[in-house]
Parts: sequence; structure tokens; C-alpha cells
Amino acid sequence: MTATTPPPLQGPTSKEKKYDRQLRLWAASGQAALEESHILLINSGPGVVGVETLKNLVLPGIGQFTILDSAIVTEADLGVNFFLEEEHLGGFRAEHTCNLLKELNPDVQGHYITEPVESFLSKPDILKPYTLILVSAPISPELLSRLETNAVASAIPTFYIHCIGFYSHFSVHLPSAFPIVDTHPDPVTTADLRLLTPWPALSSFAEEKTTELEEMSHHDHGHVPYAVLLLYYLEEWKKTHNGQVPQNYREKIAFRDMVTIGARTNNPEGAEENYDEAVAAVLKSLNPAEASSAVREVFQAEECKSLTPESASFWIIAHAMSIFYKNHSSLPLPGSVPDMKAKSADYIQLQNVYKTKARQDFAEVLDTVRSLEKRLGRIVAIDEKEVEAFCKNAAHIKLVRGRPFHVTLPGEGVRWGDRAKFAAQSLTNPDSLILLYIAFLATDAFTATHPADDLGGAVKAPGEVDPETDAEKVTGIALKIIDDLISEAGMFIEEPEYSEVRSKAGEYVQEIVRAGGAELHNIAALTGGLVAQEVIKAVTKQYIPVDNTCIFDGVTSKSSVLRF
Amino acid sequence: MAEDSKPNFSNGAGAQRLRWKYLDNILNRPGPFTDPDWEPGEAVVEGLSRAKILGAGGLGCEILKNLALSGFKDIHVIDMDTIDVSNLNRQFLFRHADVGKFKAEVAARFVEKRVKGVKITPYCGKIQDKDEDYYMQFAMIVCGLDSIEARRWINATLVGMVDENDPDSLKPLIDGGTEGFKGQARVIFPTMTSCIECQLDMHAPRAAVPLCTLATIPRQPQHCIEWAHIIAWEEERKDITLDNDDPEHITWLYQKALKRAQEFNISGVTYSMTQGVVKNIIPAIASTNAIVAASCCNEAFKIATSTNPFLGFPETDNYMMYTGDESIYTYTFQHMKKPDCPVCGNLAKNLEVDPAFTLQDFIESLAERPEAQLKKPTIRTEAKSLYYQSPPALEEQTRPNLSKKLNELVSDGEEVAISDPAFQITFKFKLLFSK
Ligand SMILES: [Zn+2]
Repeated sequence: MTATTPPPLQGPTSKEKKYDRQLRLWAASGQAALEESHILLINSGPGVVGVETLKNLVLPGIGQFTILDSAIVTEADLGVNFFLEEEHLGGFRAEHTCNLLKELNPDVQGHYITEPVESFLSKPDILKPYTLILVSAPISPELLSRLETNAVASAIPTFYIHCIGFYSHFSVHLPSAFPIVDTHPDPVTTADLRLLTPWPALSSFAEEKTTELEEMSHHDHGHVPYAVLLLYYLEEWKKTHNGQVPQNYREKIAFRDMVTIGARTNNPEGAEENYDEAVAAVLKSLNPAEASSAVREVFQAEECKSLTPESASFWIIAHAMSIFYKNHSSLPLPGSVPDMKAKSADYIQLQNVYKTKARQDFAEVLDTVRSLEKRLGRIVAIDEKEVEAFCKNAAHIKLVRGRPFHVTLPGEGVRWGDRAKFAAQSLTNPDSLILLYIAFLATDAFTATHPADDLGGAVKAPGEVDPETDAEKVTGIALKIIDDLISEAGMFIEEPEYSEVRSKAGEYVQEIVRAGGAELHNIAALTGGLVAQEVIKAVTKQYIPVDNTCIFDGVTSKSSVLRF
Repeated sequence: MAEDSKPNFSNGAGAQRLRWKYLDNILNRPGPFTDPDWEPGEAVVEGLSRAKILGAGGLGCEILKNLALSGFKDIHVIDMDTIDVSNLNRQFLFRHADVGKFKAEVAARFVEKRVKGVKITPYCGKIQDKDEDYYMQFAMIVCGLDSIEARRWINATLVGMVDENDPDSLKPLIDGGTEGFKGQARVIFPTMTSCIECQLDMHAPRAAVPLCTLATIPRQPQHCIEWAHIIAWEEERKDITLDNDDPEHITWLYQKALKRAQEFNISGVTYSMTQGVVKNIIPAIASTNAIVAASCCNEAFKIATSTNPFLGFPETDNYMMYTGDESIYTYTFQHMKKPDCPVCGNLAKNLEVDPAFTLQDFIESLAERPEAQLKKPTIRTEAKSLYYQSPPALEEQTRPNLSKKLNELVSDGEEVAISDPAFQITFKFKLLFSK
């Protein structure tokens, strides 16, 4: 007791200590992806939202960032941007914000470019070094469009961000196929025990553990794991229901009553925890192991059906998985067992029954993957771990299809395409912030036709000088966008809803114009948090990203995520 | 929007005010949602500079930065913590060289240097160190405290300070909290709207693992760690006070847990998990902290300036819930004030109890029940004292009651008063016997 404990062989490294609170979320794999990333911020306007985003990325340790911004530091910057100081007045904003951001984390490299966006973009392959691009409005629509085209060609995720007064918005253009395996579903609600379709090893384990259930001592009876109890009572149920498991909600309730009655109340506690757990699990666990619509969407994707030697490993595994699903009518077993009241040895044994089956399923999928690779003539084998991770989370994989920004090119209206109907229906939905989004698009259209000076790229925000006149103009543009949307969708909105839609859009525009292009620090900080979070998801390929437009209203403190 | 112009302010006219060009657009112009009687301009700017505001807690870095850049000039900050290396992934005012120093001190100096003209007064200690006179000086309080106990304390203090005849005694409380990708921001107008105590059951404590599981039937790696933490340490090292920050102590627990896990064939005990379980570590990231702190400061700014409607106005939304792991989802709603709230209501709260419970069982259950969460309760009925935690003489005198059943001590529906050293108020509960 006097001797001090020797340190463990593998104590945490200094990096693990610094990043401990986030490694508990995205683990070492996510951290490695962050550390390899290089984020480009194309900044303009007050430019706070982009810098606040970078702050939230430098802290958790991205590899590198680059700020492209040709603005000179003015007095106004000092009242809104935390990463500038008085002595920087007159200097390049990109340079000084870059330096102060770098102070936050010595592991991160920062760079800056003071060249105007226009000439920067005219160089070939200029976006290649970057993992992800953030573009902060205002930016001329031509440049945004050119940038988006270049980024898409290199499959670089791109964010387009607005932050004006109490409002903000961002849209994400992900690559055309953005699959996520590690979606982090809630472990409590996603336990997959396959109680309706037990395999022989599970059935015989359950049978063995429930032999002479009625004669068991109170202690033993109170420690039969709930999964085993449910399997036992399902067998009992089948005896009186033509060999069928409970088919619908009513039958499940009747089945639950049957389990409830099985619990002993003549023991010292007057109840049994394992039975309580079993009763609580009936509605959650007695569901067929069908693949969700999100998973079926992956199986039906063209990339999954027609593999090529160049297919991404995700698609090869997905294809193998779809074969497995066709053969077994279920996805590979994940193999994890939630905690349940049980004797230690029984629980470990039950865990092993599940693990063994999960390993078999994985081996089968891996075999298919290997034969697909052979057939396709692929040289580099897919890492086994990738296949294993896929099997473990097969039920929760997700595919996001990147969608383009709405760019308000002069003379061209906003086109909504396959989302016209959804967008038009949202106009009258009181919980949707689509009208605020349209107000931002109208603001873009206004700035496109109001250059601040002759330097290509610089634009003027509505309300900078004459809010009343500008509000009128921007409202006119917003109402035109609304009318065009309604007609593109082939819909008609009746009075008084139509007038309400118009006046609501007018209010959003007025509030935007009131700010005169100003960013409020709080809204920039909040939006910088949202964008950084989405950047982390896109870079780590973990969790589920926004698809594809997020709008925040700081007047009512509400947000909307809409797919356009 | 007719009044737009560039007015000359007595307060920092000319070049000084140029710095606040963006903010001034909002302070000097009405918007479609501002009150028709609201007058933008000089008075608003002055009010904002004069408002004394208090920030506290783990979101302190974000809160100080945001308040300073919202135009507040007189900011106070309370934080008892010193800087740990694991803070550096999100608390951006601290550097490696600052590890070990007081957070409030370092943060205040940093923001004062960065944002000229703002005065930040730090206090390195607990919010509970301060009294009503201290809290009375502030226009409002923004806090992102880590502990539910500290939240309940400040909430009860502010509710208790309200004097109907003195409108200045009502201090809005703006509270933010985060956990991983989730968080919430809420605004409380003490006595007028739902308070933190009214909302207590929305933040239920995690259920503890039963002792018998730890002692006899562990199944999870966490069970082995809890065993080492609660049982093995007590048995083998009871003379040494367990220090969660001492690597030698954590290592000892880790090795104990690992050995126990091996005995039971349980896999998965790691050093990091040991640390997580023992210190009850909650994941924390810069982005969620930024979102929640900024939301709180946005509400503080709107309350101080009336530049737009704010959360917490009676009969309107007062709570924003945030979830960011699956897309982005916010739910903004009005949490209703509870007439039986032990802090801001006047009715006793119903509490269903098992009449066969001993007083001891009942006291233990109070710590975990989401609607109570009281760890060291002293309990009395109108007629008699059931149990006193202190002073020792009273404790001794009431101790025999601990083994008595509830139905021997109180009648069905009887009201009891419960106090706890963590709170300055008495909780009233009506005990209803479960059938
Ligand atoms: Zn209350």
C-alpha cells in the first residue's frame, strides 16, 4: 500500500490529454482525418463568421487553414472581430487574423493569401490542395458559380455562408455521393437482438438458460437475462399462435402482458428487475430485421449496382452487403448486446453467442468483397477493418447526395428543379424559414447588381447607406423569386395566405437591410459554431451532416434545415 | 427605417464610435419586429455601455468575448476553476503556459487587452461565495455553469431577491449548457417565468449502477471501474483521499478494474474509460460551446437593448434546445412555470413514495429522483423532525428514525419540508403513498 502504482504501459499522450473531451466523440480515426485536413476560407464583408468558424476548427486541431481575403483592417473590424488588434489597423486582415488564430493551437498551420478572389480563381488547379472550402457572402455570383464548378470537379465539399444582422444561413455542397458509415446512432434505441429470428446457437442458449424456469430459485429466476426471457416467452406464445410470433401492435401488447405475468412477486423484493427490463423491451425489440429506407437507397444506387475497378471501397462493400441481404433477408448482425440484469458468466456467454454470429456474418461479407475485388481486377485489397466497421453499423449507414447552391446570376432567376414543389409548399408552413432563405437570395441578387467600386469582386450590401430605398428594391426581388417559385411548382396560393407570405418575406428583407451588411458578433459566433460542426462531420465522415441548407433566425432563436 | 443617419453620440463620438459601425446599424435603426414605442439611438447605446453584466462557468471564454463584442462595457466574471490541459480544445483564451492559473483571471486580462474600452472584473471563487448585495448590482446574469447544483443555487438566489416593489430587483438569468453535440439556452425572469427548478426534471441525473451489480455481478467494463472506485479503494486505500486528478490514483483504479475485468472475462477497460467514469467526464467541443454561448449572449444583447424580441418574455418561448449530431435541430418553446415549483411556486410538490420504504431508503432515493436531486436532505414535518444531517446532537437524536418505515413516520398525503446544505431554500413535498 505504500508503494506507488507504476504508470500504465500506455498512459495518455499529451495530445490525448489535450483532445480528451473530443476524442470521446469522434475517436482517434476522426482526429486523424481532422489533422490531415486543409480548410480554405474565402472571406469578405465584415468577415467574422468565417473567422469564428476557423476558431472552432483550429481548437480541435485541423491540420492547416488558409484565409483568402484582400481586405485591409479598419476600425469597424475591431468592434466585431475578436482576432484583430489595434496595431493591425491598415494591415491585411487575412494576415493578422491568421496569426491570431494560429496562437490558439501550436499544432495547426495557418496561411493567408491577400490576392483578390477573381485572380486567385483564374489559376488552374488552384483548389487542389484543399480538403474543404468555406465561402462567406457577399461574393459576386459569377465568382461563386466558378468556384463551385471548380470545387465540384475536384469533389471538394464547399460551404456558402451568409451572416447579416440577426440572421444567418449556410448551404453545403457535398460531393455527388457522400456515404457515411460511422453515423453514431444512439446505442440505447438501436440494439439489434434478432429475437424474432434467432439462429440455432441463440435458441439453444435460451433453451438451456430457461430449463425448468418455474422451479428456479428466486435468485436464478431474477437473473435470467431479459433477451433470454423474451426468447422463452416467444416460444411459449408460438405454441398457441400457429407457430407465429406476435404480428401487430395488439398482439405485442398481449405478448407483453404474458411476460408481465411471468414475473415473480412472492420474492423478498416483490418484483423482478430482469422482467421489468423484458417488458420494457417488447415494443422496441420485436421488430423484423428489415433494412431501413436509407440503407435500401444505398443498395439501389447506380454506384452500388454497377461496380467498376475504380469504385470507391464503400460501394464494393455496399454491393457485398446487398448480396448478403438478398440471401438472408437481414443485414449482418452488429453483435453488441446492451447491458441487462444477469449473472456475469451468463451475460458474457450471451455476448459471445452474439459476437460469434457477428463474426460469421462479417466473414461472409468479407468473402464476397474479396471475390468482387478479384472479379474487378482490383490490386489493392480493401482493409478488413473497413468491412468490419461497415458490418457493425450496416443498419445505420447513410448516403448524402451533394446538391448545388442557388446562385443568383444576373438575368437568370432562381431555379428549384425537383425541389420546387417542396419549396413552394414550405412557403405557407409557419415553422419553415424558407422565406428568410429567399430574403438572402434576394440580397445576393441585389449585391450582384450593385458593385461598391470598380475593383472586381467587391460588392455593396443593401442598407449600407439608404435602407429605405434598398429595402424596397430587395423586397421586389424577393417577391419575384416567390412568384417564380410558385409558378415553377405549378401551384397556386390563395388569399389571405398569399398576402401573408409576401408580407412575411418583406419583414425578413427589412430586418436584413436594417443591418446594412453588418455582422453581429453573437450571430457570427453562433453560425461559426454550426458551420464548424458541419465541417467536422464532412472531414471525419462521422455523424449525419446537414442536407443541404440551414437557416438561423436570431430574432426568434429558431432554425430550419431544408433540402433544396 | 426613416431615422437612419449617423448621429453624434456624447458617448465616444467620432473615431471611437467608428469601431462600432456595424453594431450601431442595429442600435440606431428600428426593425420590423421592434416595439413601436422603442426609440433607437443614443439612449440605447448608453444603456448598453452602463449595464453591468455577470458571466460565469465553463462557457466563460465564449461568453466574455461575445459580451465584449456586443457593446457591454462593464463585465464581471466568476469562475472557481484553474486551467487544465483538457480545457485547451475549446477554451480559446487559454494557452499551454496558463495551465494551473485561475480561469477568471486569465480570461479577464485577455479580453480586456483584445477589446479596448471594456472593463472586466474577475472573481476566482464559487458563485455561492457571494451574497444578494453582490448580485443586486447586475442588470442580468449569463451563466454556463457545469454543475446543476450551482445552477439551482443561483436560480434560487435570484428568485429570492425579487421584491415586488423594486423592479430593479428582478435580474434576468440566461443559462446555457452543453454536452457533446447537444445543448440548451434558456432565459428566466425570476418569479415571472419558469425557473431552473421548474425545469429540473428535464436534466435528470444518470441512473447509478446498483451496488450489488458492482459487488457481485459485473457485466460491463464500467462496472469494474466503479467497483475499483467505490469498493476497492475504500477497502485497500481508505487512508488516502482519492484525487481524481492524480495520475497515480487513476492508474491504481485502472489496474484494479482491469484485473477484476479479467477475472470475469469482461473486455474493454481502458485508462481513458477509467478516467471518464471516475471523473464523470462529459464530452465537450468548441463548436457546441460556441453555439450555446452565442445564443445566450444574443438574448442578453436583445434584453439589454430591445433591438428585437427576446426569449423569456412572459407567455412566449423561453427555451431553445439544440442537437447537432444528426443534421441540426433546434426546438424553441415555452416551458411553463410550475405552481408546485419548490423555488418559485407556492404549492407543495407531489412525491409518490413507497410506504414500506425506510426513511433511510427514502433519503437515498431523493438523490436520484429527477424531481428532487437532493443529496444531503434534512427532513421534517410540521409536527416533528424526522432526520437532521447536522448538528451532530440532532443527527444522533433523529438517527433512530432512519430504520423506521415511512408509514410509521408520516401519513399518506402529509407535507414534509426538506432542506439541503447545497441550497438556501426549503423544498416542500407532499408524500403520496404508492398503492
Ligand atoms: Zn420554478
